[in-house]
Amino acid sequence: MSNKLNAKIPAGPLAEKWTKHKDSLKLVNPANKKKLDIIVVGTGLAGSGAASSLGELGYNVKVFCYQDTPRRAHSVAAQGGINAAKNYKNDGDSVYRLFYDMLKGGDYRAREANVYRAAEVSNAVIDHYTALGVPFAREYGGMLDNRSFGGVQVSRTFYAKGQTGQQCLLGGYSALMRQVQTGSVTMYPRREMLDIVVIDGKARGIITRNLITGEIERHSAHAVVLATGGYGTIYYLSTLAVNSNGSAAWKAHKRGAFFANPSFIQIHPTSIPVLNEFQCKLTLMSESLRNDGKVWVPKAKGDKRNPNEIPEEERDYYLERRYPAFGNLVPRDVASRAAKERCDAGYGVGDSGLSVYLDFRDAIKKQGEKAIESKYGNLFEMYEKISGESPYKTPMRIYPAGHYTMGGLWVDYNLMTTIPGLFALGESNFSDHGANRLGASSLMQCAGDGYFIAPYTVSDYLADEIKTPRIATTAPEFDAVEKEAKERINKLLSVNGNQTVTSFHKRLGKIMWDYCGMVRNEEGLKKALVLIKELESEFWTSVKVSGTGTDLNQELEKAGRVADYFELAYLLCVDALNRRESCGAHFREESQTETGEAKRNDADFAYVAAWEYKGAGPQHELHKEELNYEFVKLQERSYK
Amino acid sequence: MNFKLKIWRQANAKAKGKFETYDLKDASPEMSFLEMLDYFNSTQIVQGKEPIVFEHDCREGICGCCGLYINGRPHGLMNRTTTCELHMREFNDGETITIEPWRSAAFPVIKDLMIDRNAFDKIMQAGGYITINTGAAQDANTTPIPKANADDAFDAASCIGCGACVAACKNSSAMLFIAAKVSQLALVPQGKAEAKERVSRMVAKMDELGFGSCTNTRACEGECPKGISISHIARLNREFWVAKLND
Repeated sequence: MSNKLNAKIPAGPLAEKWTKHKDSLKLVNPANKKKLDIIVVGTGLAGSGAASSLGELGYNVKVFCYQDTPRRAHSVAAQGGINAAKNYKNDGDSVYRLFYDMLKGGDYRAREANVYRAAEVSNAVIDHYTALGVPFAREYGGMLDNRSFGGVQVSRTFYAKGQTGQQCLLGGYSALMRQVQTGSVTMYPRREMLDIVVIDGKARGIITRNLITGEIERHSAHAVVLATGGYGTIYYLSTLAVNSNGSAAWKAHKRGAFFANPSFIQIHPTSIPVLNEFQCKLTLMSESLRNDGKVWVPKAKGDKRNPNEIPEEERDYYLERRYPAFGNLVPRDVASRAAKERCDAGYGVGDSGLSVYLDFRDAIKKQGEKAIESKYGNLFEMYEKISGESPYKTPMRIYPAGHYTMGGLWVDYNLMTTIPGLFALGESNFSDHGANRLGASSLMQCAGDGYFIAPYTVSDYLADEIKTPRIATTAPEFDAVEKEAKERINKLLSVNGNQTVTSFHKRLGKIMWDYCGMVRNEEGLKKALVLIKELESEFWTSVKVSGTGTDLNQELEKAGRVADYFELAYLLCVDALNRRESCGAHFREESQTETGEAKRNDADFAYVAAWEYKGAGPQHELHKEELNYEFVKLQERSYK
Repeated sequence: MNFKLKIWRQANAKAKGKFETYDLKDASPEMSFLEMLDYFNSTQIVQGKEPIVFEHDCREGICGCCGLYINGRPHGLMNRTTTCELHMREFNDGETITIEPWRSAAFPVIKDLMIDRNAFDKIMQAGGYITINTGAAQDANTTPIPKANADDAFDAASCIGCGACVAACKNSSAMLFIAAKVSQLALVPQGKAEAKERVSRMVAKMDELGFGSCTNTRACEGECPKGISISHIARLNREFWVAKLND
């Protein structure tokens, strides 16, 4: 273990670690809480959860988001569900099983203690959302319903049709609005975080840009919590909201927060394929569809018949064929690569040959159209609007798309980064999903981090800050960081070239998709490193950012994010190059079995790669956090 | 496809806006409406002109950011469709398309097609929640909720807060928005304890913020991209009068 990394994992049996740790964390008395300020950036499940909970505790909380209202954070788009170890189905589920499934699903590249805790707090998350009025699906007896998700053999997923993220987020948003009303939380919408201010080694504030007026603002606090999501839009085309970005995490990284496993990005297997060259995003079709939908391609290459005319014996249900134990419900990384394999081999369908069928024919025959409609109605509707075809009549066409980043800011057991006082929650940290995330675990982790972990660990940190007076934004450190932020804006505006920001983002996305996407190899990654640098230099000499810095300027917003992406993309490829093994979503061609399955190398790579920023230029220092599995035996991850 | 775009341009909240007309060539029927605007903006930028400001994010009809008045209808001609889900194949080649922001005193224009919907947050702050602190909840299955109620609550809760209901209403009433929340929380037992205070405070806040009254024209229901029914307004009225009578 690098001496710069201390994961602070409590001693003791797995099931007792969190309870004992909580009992040992320091508390802040109510009178002192009022004197302490906390900044929360981001208002998804993690951010709204942390902000409302910390507000309820009595701290002064300031919350920032780039949207006009916190209710639009991208958690809103999560579809399929949220996991919990309730065992309401009596199918043998438990906290341990949920933990084990996540750890195995992540291909043994996550930290045991953190994953166990995420499973442990999952039940409280469901209780809390239900109490907030979140209308989860119910059975006729009035009890909560569950469904299955990929990579597991129990039904532990709570859901609200295909809008689970929206419903959880709106529950979280309502709790946040209550705190705004009470005055404990102040909302700063339409703000973009431009940088972190570190004073005497501690995170003490942020610099933001008011997206309406262009004003650069200073905000100080005793602690800063980032809940800023993932960087899946690095591929340009992804399932994310088009304004989602990695800039807050990247800026924190440049100020001293280590970045862990950046190359672990999940490519989601079931997205609507690319339909036109102007497309700016890919729409996800929830994994829950694989409960009832069957994935197949024609057995004959280039079979252009209408899918309904292809008889059963001429269909290749390749997931069921390759993975009989899990069939259509294999984890996402496995399903994505299997789709790519079939399409690359020439069996893909659609005009581009870059899609496979997800067919509901048998499910509709067996359960009736009404039952299928009640489960997936809104998804079918969404699909039809985009593609013009009804999944009730014709199989959906799907293809993998960039989706979720398991990598993120390195955090210790308390979810604190390597900058004291800077916390990272939800997708913006790296801690719970290893090299691959299982479906319906992200809402679970984000909410768990926000509601049931950060309130304890942030308080513990603040217990030592009760004598620190309110941080003045007149400190020279604020001057310096603000100056840098302004200079960068001026630099972006002064290039005045002739190519749009979006055109650069598209080209960067293509490099990343081609060389650091579903399948990676040494040659490709090395090539990508060169291409990224070339494109970055071209950006700084020929990008055109219209408008000014002192006004609402959406092009400027995009430009700042894309400029950061060049740097993050480089580190992503460095990390992918360093990890000469296949694990989870990270598939290195050089490391595969004879049947084309991922081959992990535990002897050399059972560690978290935490990268330290070493100044401008591509030098990064690697710190290894060894993953010592005390309670689980490392095994080959097989879904056969 | 070629289009004539008639777009509302307004420099800021205080400036006087006006329509500008532009020719757009070589759009594709596969483009979504917002991709068409992206494409139009890219042609503006390379000519050194200021792109049109419009709000958007998820581009899959769930975040509620996008909201444009297209040819006189909120979110355009398709029912149950947000602006981002609308595709150019629904338009005719050569057509003139008129694009405006929502028009409501409670939603001032910020720039071009972007509006300020902060009033919705204020209404939510007035009571659109269930008062419970983190950690206080009991087991989620302690209180059964009949499936029909849970389903109704879900239908109400599917509101994306886009504001099309207000834009569609000749009175600029936010009644459907509020009704959706009041109804959702009135349908679940957890929300009953403060039901009376909730409806009274939310309606009072709506009036205070300059939204008009509901005169049952049903325009909101017709334009809601999530198909939220005005039956929720009926439930709100019931809740409201029960609260008044008990006062």
